[in-house]
Amino acid sequence: MLRAEAGGAREVEVTGANVREVLEDLATRMPALGSRVYGDGELQSFVNVYVDGEDVRTRNGLETPVRDSSTVILLPAMAGGC
Amino acid sequence: MPSYRELLEQTKTEIDEIDAGAARALEGAVWIDVREADEWQEGHLPGAVHIPRGFLESRVEAVAPDKSTPVVLYCASAARSAFAAKSLEDLGYGNVYSLAGGFTDWKRNGLEITMPRTLSPERRTRYSRHILIPEIGEEGQLKLLDARVLLIGAGGLGSPASLYLAAAGVGTLGIVDADIVDETNLQRQIAHSLDTLGMPKVDSAKGAIERLNPDVNVVTYRERLTSENIDRILDDGWDIIVDGADNFPTRYLVNDASVWRGIPVVHGSIYRFEGQVTVFKPQDGPCYRCLFPEPPPPELAPSCSEGGVLGVLPGIVGSLQTNEAIKLAAEIGEPLVGRLLLFDALATEFNEVKIERRADCPVCGDHPTITEYIDYVEFCAAGRGNS
Repeated sequence: MLRAEAGGAREVEVTGANVREVLEDLATRMPALGSRVYGDGELQSFVNVYVDGEDVRTRNGLETPVRDSSTVILLPAMAGGC
Repeated sequence: MPSYRELLEQTKTEIDEIDAGAARALEGAVWIDVREADEWQEGHLPGAVHIPRGFLESRVEAVAPDKSTPVVLYCASAARSAFAAKSLEDLGYGNVYSLAGGFTDWKRNGLEITMPRTLSPERRTRYSRHILIPEIGEEGQLKLLDARVLLIGAGGLGSPASLYLAAAGVGTLGIVDADIVDETNLQRQIAHSLDTLGMPKVDSAKGAIERLNPDVNVVTYRERLTSENIDRILDDGWDIIVDGADNFPTRYLVNDASVWRGIPVVHGSIYRFEGQVTVFKPQDGPCYRCLFPEPPPPELAPSCSEGGVLGVLPGIVGSLQTNEAIKLAAEIGEPLVGRLLLFDALATEFNEVKIERRADCPVCGDHPTITEYIDYVEFCAAGRGNS
């Protein structure tokens, strides 16, 4: 869903010790993608963020720690069944 | 050499016969009916397992793995069960009994019997590859035949789901869709064909299902699901909903209704090369609003008709949904409850993320704030039907 905003990439490497730092780094590298997910210091609605398979909203939100090997999934809602 | 009669008498001295009263007092006993299939079909003891005499030695360990378990064997009149008991003792079973008087005396004494539900020979042939799987068997197939599954949408996801559910012998399929079949559908919507262009999708799908399996009763709703008609449609009684809708308003309607009615929803959605599948099972797991509390604004919610979709993707995602629906109907396996499966067709990669039930969920949470249907009308996206 967000591939267009990521310039066609399905995976990008970013740095940061927690979700906030990761998203800020992402917003610097790919502003279009960054703004879909993160703005004004908060997660955007309608996009879920998972660190190693767990929803950050059920953990520490933006302060959820991210390890070197962690996978962060950005997941927008999609409704298509067509 | 002894005669049959002498052999039976001899065998009966070597095994334990037990009367009905004493047998019923045995705790944790496994009851095995060793008669033939036609005798079993005319009634059997409640709770008994059917293993015809000829298969007893090869199958008994599956029903009584612990050889100290009490085992009560019966046949029509305690002859076959006497030989069977001897054989189980030879296999090392320590508490084996042959029921005195067998099924004949049991029934004559007015004790309770069960009439088994069985499949007709035609159905046994049609579903033989299901019946051969121990986890499904005849019992599981009967559950599928009893199941009532409602499909929201007869498009990309609904096509494979309706065909595979029908092939599996799900007895009643409801289909909700207001659309008609057009040329752009045929790249992926395999329930439809050139012959059905211009027809309502529900009728086209019904025809495809009936050509595949006349066991299936198809109930069609040629309408778009709304807050006005959803209760009427759900009042027809559905065990499982397979959601293949093409728009957010329908997704939220289906979710809210299913939470209030306790109906599990097998959710699938697709876009271009990506698919998502999960099972929302009210009470046991999260709901759609735990995952996404509100629909996104229309500009962030492109549909397939705007963004496109790889033709085989709904085949894959709709089949995964069908797998979940069949498991729910047959009550087997681990459904995708609390887990969202993500599929990326370009990378050919599956990922899974956890979805938790949210205490602050506006519908299934501890203090629900949504208690009646919401029509998100302002955002009709491109969806006209439900698929």
